[in-house]
Amino acid sequence: MPQALHIIVCAGISPDPLQTLEPTTGPTGPGLKNEMVLPAVLDPWAASALYEAAALAAKNPGSKLWLVSLGPKAKLQQVMMTVAQKVPFELVPIDGPIGGFPDAHSTAAVLAETIAALPGLDRSKLLLFGGWESATRGAGVTLQIVGERLGITDQFYGVDQIDLRDDGSFEVLERIEGGRHQVSICTGAPAVLGWATGNLAEPRNNPQIGMSNMRTIMPALQKAKPATLAPNGLRYVSVSLPKQQRTTRVVKDLTPDQIAAELVEWIGAE
Amino acid sequence: MESILVLTHADESGSALTKASLETVTAGMELASRLRAELTIGIVSANATTSQDSLASTGARLLAVSGEVFAQPRYSTDAAACDALCRASAATIVLTPSSSRFARVAAGVAHRLNGLIDTHVTAIGGTDTIEATRWFYRQRVEAVLTRDARPWFLLLDAGTHAAFASAPGKAQVEQVTVELPTIRTTVSGIRAPKLDEQTIRPDAKLLFVTGAGWTKKQPDGQIHVSEAAGLILGFLRHTGASLGSSKSLVDQGGEGNSVLPFLTHLNQVGQTGATPRHPKGLATCCHGEEPHVVGWRFIGERRAISLDPNCGWTRGKADVVYVADAFQVIANVNELLAARVK
Repeated sequence: MPQALHIIVCAGISPDPLQTLEPTTGPTGPGLKNEMVLPAVLDPWAASALYEAAALAAKNPGSKLWLVSLGPKAKLQQVMMTVAQKVPFELVPIDGPIGGFPDAHSTAAVLAETIAALPGLDRSKLLLFGGWESATRGAGVTLQIVGERLGITDQFYGVDQIDLRDDGSFEVLERIEGGRHQVSICTGAPAVLGWATGNLAEPRNNPQIGMSNMRTIMPALQKAKPATLAPNGLRYVSVSLPKQQRTTRVVKDLTPDQIAAELVEWIGAE
Repeated sequence: MESILVLTHADESGSALTKASLETVTAGMELASRLRAELTIGIVSANATTSQDSLASTGARLLAVSGEVFAQPRYSTDAAACDALCRASAATIVLTPSSSRFARVAAGVAHRLNGLIDTHVTAIGGTDTIEATRWFYRQRVEAVLTRDARPWFLLLDAGTHAAFASAPGKAQVEQVTVELPTIRTTVSGIRAPKLDEQTIRPDAKLLFVTGAGWTKKQPDGQIHVSEAAGLILGFLRHTGASLGSSKSLVDQGGEGNSVLPFLTHLNQVGQTGATPRHPKGLATCCHGEEPHVVGWRFIGERRAISLDPNCGWTRGKADVVYVADAFQVIANVNELLAARVK
């Protein structure tokens, strides 16, 4: 039996994975060179969470899906031009700093405060989604703290699958060591699910969904509340690119037999 | 003066601490020695007495949370257990292994204690202060950071320290009482591929990375997916290597293309995959930054087989690049390894 869910997806934005990144230090701390002009995407694991959330909402009529995203308004608008064409959602933008260097605890505080103030949110139906780690800070911290701040003590990370049952309970698969999944049964919402890749492919762009989403996204962006993130005593001693450059031996003149013999020796070498 | 708590947990057998826990014990002992700080070790397990004796020679104060309810990893009970251990120790620095079990709860526990947390720490340094090294932007930018606020939780990545090992002795453990929350989650089991089908082996000496080239047209104009699958599985069987994959190869399944049936997103290395630690790595038929830079950050010796002599991603990243057809080379490698066994 379908159940109406209130699903909130927390998703940041990150530089397109194909971009070359160069750290730099500004008056507010470390950042990336030309960060504001680097092409950005919705954070990859959080994007998986969004697609899974949309699929779950579609299977459960009456459900509602919010996308809560913190970043500079201009960058959010740019990313939404693409994301809005994927699945239907209501954007809750927060106008804040970009990048992985701001403190995760401050980010979590702003997100939790925003979620708690969402009009019409029924916490007994709440599934809080996000990526289990971001592609920027990559700490796996923010969602946990948001959950704690909202009083949710059933949390799951590295999630690849959720199966909702008729009685409101759900089975969830979390990644654990050794390429395995831990299977848990939770009695129902509220819960936090930090997604890994999930099982769904990226939805194709649908201009109709895009137009429908943009009707609410543009006004929401205009009204986005500004947020400043306190550093919480976090100090960066150094931020740098890895210096290690290997001397690569390019072998062009060996036969497959000879290469195989060399590899076998190398594999077997202690 | 700092006081250090190392949080540990039992493995799935319940009879010993995990390797990652013992690595964190080593890190805790090193840090305590450097700072002349008090060291406490906390144990979460169904029955702490089975693992406590392996810590006897640490000389640390041992605290434990025990009971059947702690046999399985679960947010609500693990967070309550870690919270109780932290309060009992009154530690200013809390070190925990970055296991799936503790990574699930550590940030929540830090928040409950009005503390702060940094994760995926690969080194702890500093002279008068504590400085943690970690990576940002998926292993592309390295940073060293510090905090004054306490308690400060540091989650250590596996493989960054040697596992603590000593002759077992008799250790005294103080049991800590936990106020349990309402339990709404039941762990019903582990889902894993059959033993002979498991291709992810974290303790393997070699990581074998496969790229999309394995499923592309070969010189005869045909695709040879089943042959590729046979060669790859044969290589894994002979070497005991762990299998990694580029994103493009794993994604092909979702795009309706021919795929290697044993590959899943769990095999993926790189930006949206794992960054495993192995002493050696061999990349085959890969092109791009994902497998060669991000996925290989913590691989010791690196070699690659590629048809492209000018692949810019391998230059400076791999120690050796063989310009050759991986189908032929791996077939020959498998033959040589099979002959060795005979």
